[in-house]
Amino acid sequence: MSILVNRSTRVLVQGITGRDGSFHARSMVADGTRIVGGVTPGKGGQQMDGIPVFNSVAECRKATDANCAVIFVPAKFANAAIREAADAGVELVVCITEGVPVLDMISSYQYVRDHGVRLIGPNCPGLISPGQCKVGIMPARIHLPGHIGVISRSGTLTYEVVYSLTSAGMGQSTCIGIGGDPIVGSGFIDLLEAFSQDPETHGVVLIGEIGGEEEEAAAAYIRQHMRIPVVAFISGRTAPPGKRMGHAGAIISGGKGTPEAKILALQRAGVDVADRPDEIPGLLRKKLKT
Amino acid sequence: MNIHEYQGRELFLQYGIPCPAGIVAESPDAVVTATRQVGYPAVIKAQVLTGGRGKAGGVKLVHNEAEAREQGSRILGMQIKGLTVEKVLVVPAAAIRREFYVGLTVDRTNRALVLMVSASGGVDIEDLAVKNPDAILKVRFNPLTNLDLKAIRPILQQAFVTPALVAQAEDAVAKLYRLFVEKDCSLVEINPYALLDGDKLVALDAKVNIDDNGLVRHPELEVLRNPEESSADERQARRVGLSFVSMDGDIGCIVNGAGLAMATMDLIKHFGGNPANFLDVGGSSNPEKVLNALKIILNNPRVKAILINIFGGITRCDDIAKGILMATNQIQIPVPMVIRLIGTNDREGREILAQAGLTSSENLTEAVQRVVALGKKP
Repeated sequence: MSILVNRSTRVLVQGITGRDGSFHARSMVADGTRIVGGVTPGKGGQQMDGIPVFNSVAECRKATDANCAVIFVPAKFANAAIREAADAGVELVVCITEGVPVLDMISSYQYVRDHGVRLIGPNCPGLISPGQCKVGIMPARIHLPGHIGVISRSGTLTYEVVYSLTSAGMGQSTCIGIGGDPIVGSGFIDLLEAFSQDPETHGVVLIGEIGGEEEEAAAAYIRQHMRIPVVAFISGRTAPPGKRMGHAGAIISGGKGTPEAKILALQRAGVDVADRPDEIPGLLRKKLKT
Repeated sequence: MNIHEYQGRELFLQYGIPCPAGIVAESPDAVVTATRQVGYPAVIKAQVLTGGRGKAGGVKLVHNEAEAREQGSRILGMQIKGLTVEKVLVVPAAAIRREFYVGLTVDRTNRALVLMVSASGGVDIEDLAVKNPDAILKVRFNPLTNLDLKAIRPILQQAFVTPALVAQAEDAVAKLYRLFVEKDCSLVEINPYALLDGDKLVALDAKVNIDDNGLVRHPELEVLRNPEESSADERQARRVGLSFVSMDGDIGCIVNGAGLAMATMDLIKHFGGNPANFLDVGGSSNPEKVLNALKIILNNPRVKAILINIFGGITRCDDIAKGILMATNQIQIPVPMVIRLIGTNDREGREILAQAGLTSSENLTEAVQRVVALGKKP
């Protein structure tokens, strides 16, 4: 089992003829994902490695019945791409694109929510249910099918943690990178909720970082609602206050969003917080036994 | 991007938000001339990109030329939270009857914009936010729609009470909102929003932050960038499209992804080392970026060893390996390098390195321990 994506997910790729879109469409196909179509305005009727290309998401959906869209278009087109996917009625939109202005994202978030569509990202690696479906850019071969859910604000740090889990023989049900921007679609709480309803997920790893207050909010949710164990890792303990560390989200300011505050909130909610990524499997195993 | 108060004031004036006249000065002589122009008593305000200026002694009231020269000389060049004051703003002292607060920012948790208003503005607003959060009134809204004055009026009435003040505040909020949306801000704040004699509300401070992702739409704002906000290496990195922050340690880091870069720095510290920098080579990899990253790191004479940590996703390990070879062919790398490559195209990447006699590892903990040990060798 898994959450959000599985063997029957039918994926369309927005920006399929671009450098990143075509590279990762091929990689998703190689990893077993059902890529049923692609969209690049003006290139409708062409094919990319045998995948039909359409001018719009609506046309693509009509012809292929895709239920998930993954977006690789440049930042200035991302907002329109997200809305186009929501308008066309796909259930899940995954936006990989980075550099989307915050104001655009606030309105896009409200827009997809009003349309009853789930959004993951932007500025994220996407999600994968190992052995079933990959909608994103992560290297599939570091994953292993299994029973651990992973939710992360980071991209490559997620790979690091997944690699540790797999090396320790702990497979994953679904791994989701929610994105590092101030405004993202699904957050920690939305996905903790989804994992707690999946009988095949036995434990969850939550990977946070400095900035914002999402980890603190997640801690409160975990304390009240989570019946399965959660282990966490927080990056940015050495980041100097007030400096932007690449992610728009990774800023510490005004005493809020510090790693200490996040770690304390999580520990108080009964979550073990690892000092190093490679400690996570051990902590999780201990919790799963008890 | 953070900008100074005097730059924020210029934006406020562009949008018609009332603020008193002010003059920027960069030398004690210029401070004296400026205070003469605005009249005594005057206030000299340090222009630095951090809060808490007043509490650090960077804002002073002066009554005559001697005091203006004395305070001007003292404030210019002083350090506030590690930043040197290079400019001051000189404004006429105002007889403040009351200090309010008005701010507009992004509410991450609720994915909305939030307008915050308080009848208790001033330097202690952050304490108030912690101790008595109810004293800060909030309305959340969506920038998809225009500002709904009906929705904000109740909190303005609660904070400003009299119709004359409510009307002024409403006008100012509407203009702040336009500034926020039109210039892709992430924060606009007036604190204090001061009530002066004659029932006039004016902005006695101006704080404006611009969303870096929105900057591409506003080439006109690029001139507001303050080079002193960044080190020379940070500026060089920005020019070549790298995300870089200088730190005070001696182990240079090149990592892909901000989260992994921070975790790598944390691990270096965990094993007893000290990172010299944060450097994220970004997503789509281009061999040139690795060359540029190494050049910037080697600008720093303190660097004793370099760790390259790549977990390939959208970044391809073979591109990184090509970049490393490009660098070893073109520049002298006088310190040891530890390379860790894994993920997309890692076998190809490792092969490229092996052909040039370079080794790389798969395990992060091991790579960090090795680079920390190499950094400690005399």
